[in-house]
Amino acid sequence: MNERLNELGEHISHHMDSAIKQWSVDYGELNISIYADRVGEVIKFLRDDRACRFTSLIDICGIDYPSRTERFEVVYHLLSMHMNHRIRIRTSTDEETPVASISDIFPVANWLEREAFDMYGIVFSGHPDLRRILTDYGFNGHPLRKDFPLSGYVEVRWDDEQKRVVYEPVELVQEYRDFDFLSPWEGAKYVIPGDEKAKGEGA
Amino acid sequence: MSELTNPENMEQLDDRKFTINFGPQHPAAHGVLRLVLELDGEIVDRVDPHIGLLHRGTEKLLEHKTYLQGIGYFDRLDYVAPMNQEHAFCMAVEKLASIPVPRRGEYIRVLYCEIGRILSHILNVTTQALDVGALTPPVWGFEEREKLMVFYERASGSRMHAHYFRPGGVHQDLPPKLIEDIGEWCEQFPAKLKDIDNLLTENRIFKQRNVDIGVVSKEEALEWGFSGVMVRGSGMAWDLRRAQPYSVYDELDFNIPVGKNGDCWDRYLIRIEEMLESVKIMKQCVEWLSRAENAGEVLPTNSKFAPPRRAEMKQSMEALIHHFKLYTEGVHVPVGEAYVAVEAPKGEFGVYLIADGTNKPYRVKIRAPGFAHLAAMDHISRGHQLADVSAILGSLDIVFGEIDR
Repeated sequence: MNERLNELGEHISHHMDSAIKQWSVDYGELNISIYADRVGEVIKFLRDDRACRFTSLIDICGIDYPSRTERFEVVYHLLSMHMNHRIRIRTSTDEETPVASISDIFPVANWLEREAFDMYGIVFSGHPDLRRILTDYGFNGHPLRKDFPLSGYVEVRWDDEQKRVVYEPVELVQEYRDFDFLSPWEGAKYVIPGDEKAKGEGA
Repeated sequence: MSELTNPENMEQLDDRKFTINFGPQHPAAHGVLRLVLELDGEIVDRVDPHIGLLHRGTEKLLEHKTYLQGIGYFDRLDYVAPMNQEHAFCMAVEKLASIPVPRRGEYIRVLYCEIGRILSHILNVTTQALDVGALTPPVWGFEEREKLMVFYERASGSRMHAHYFRPGGVHQDLPPKLIEDIGEWCEQFPAKLKDIDNLLTENRIFKQRNVDIGVVSKEEALEWGFSGVMVRGSGMAWDLRRAQPYSVYDELDFNIPVGKNGDCWDRYLIRIEEMLESVKIMKQCVEWLSRAENAGEVLPTNSKFAPPRRAEMKQSMEALIHHFKLYTEGVHVPVGEAYVAVEAPKGEFGVYLIADGTNKPYRVKIRAPGFAHLAAMDHISRGHQLADVSAILGSLDIVFGEIDR
């Protein structure tokens, strides 16, 4: 399986060399990183090329890495039912720079990009209708960003006097507890200098 | 002359399009869906589905829960087939952490995934009939669903939100009597299904409402990212259980029903046929599980991903520590990312898991089949009658738990 994916990766990088930052096969899945301004071109190539035929767009997914200068990653998952293989295309962007929409290549991208916009605030240029999709009407902020608190900022309740739903700042009776478990359970690995030599010889 | 009585304006008023709201409190909306329909007389001009009314932020919550706590959220996605979703998440964790699954665990998983498929298809087929005016099928179908939910309860303690699958297998082995009862249920179910089939399949009204409605061509099915019954209805023999076999599906014998015309009617027929195939798979699993030589563990006890058995904890200090750490801190999944898809009843259900080496996922993206199907609602419904909207919606098989997440 991995061999086939390696071949496919070679094939794609051969044809789309200037658009590709790097590619690899991990956990039996083909990953390709591309430059954000070449998204449309690459996706179109993957759909139309005889060896690729990625005719189904499975998913578009945003990821937030706040420490990076280009904090968002946009990940496209494609599937070829003809050749029975999958691919993952990733690119990165920041809060302002738009990524080209691929809703003209795959119409389903329309909703998937709306979701990425709603959840992360990633902007897609050339999108016909970039509205929020999952959050409430008139919602503020982008909930899946890492700097958005789990509890959110506002809560709703029915106000019997005003006879309508009112929005109020969140009040937690008990503070949200988030435990830090980064200390390793397994304990430290105690490497005695010189041990690696013994292993090297034995093998 | 006022604006309204001016004959020129009257003409404009007469043929203007009007907009209606369908839902969010409409029985045929299958949950909380608000459709804004633009109508030209009885003909649908544009559909704008407003979703998100059931959005609970599952993906955000998963980033704040340990892997074990996260499983429970998957039951609440497509809540008519809970275990199929758990399966995808557990497989993603297993892939990253290279956790082996004992064969008995795999067979139990497959058995319960097929129960989930039947649960979902019964619900869909019968409520699709309800949407077009048949009242009896849901009553008959729900009786069978109830029995299946009792099987869920007997295995996991809960009728719906099972939380039964674990990375590495399932939580507990099935009691022999339960396996026997599932086997008995498999014997009587085809006859019950035949009753529903007799009521609907050749029923004139049901056919008039479904044949040639909501036709999806092969090309459309591909470019709209369809999966599951929606692509099989359009004549493509694509089923992840066969195409990219996971678990023990490659050892089991079953057929993939494929449609011809891609209309609501074909999709209905496929679901009926798939239920019979699921029964076939369940029988094979029951047979395998009840053989004495296949007894064994369902969750590897020698790994750090599964809790030690209770009896052991009474004796061993280490086991007690393990148990405590597992249920407070949880497991650390190594850095990496994986996309794992299963053939859920509604189509390809995928989990894209990014682990950063801590005890919580860095990001989980849930790929819900219904999301893509509903995205095409506008495309499929255009030019149909208003009454067809509910028939199409029924045959798309949407559940808002998974679409809104």
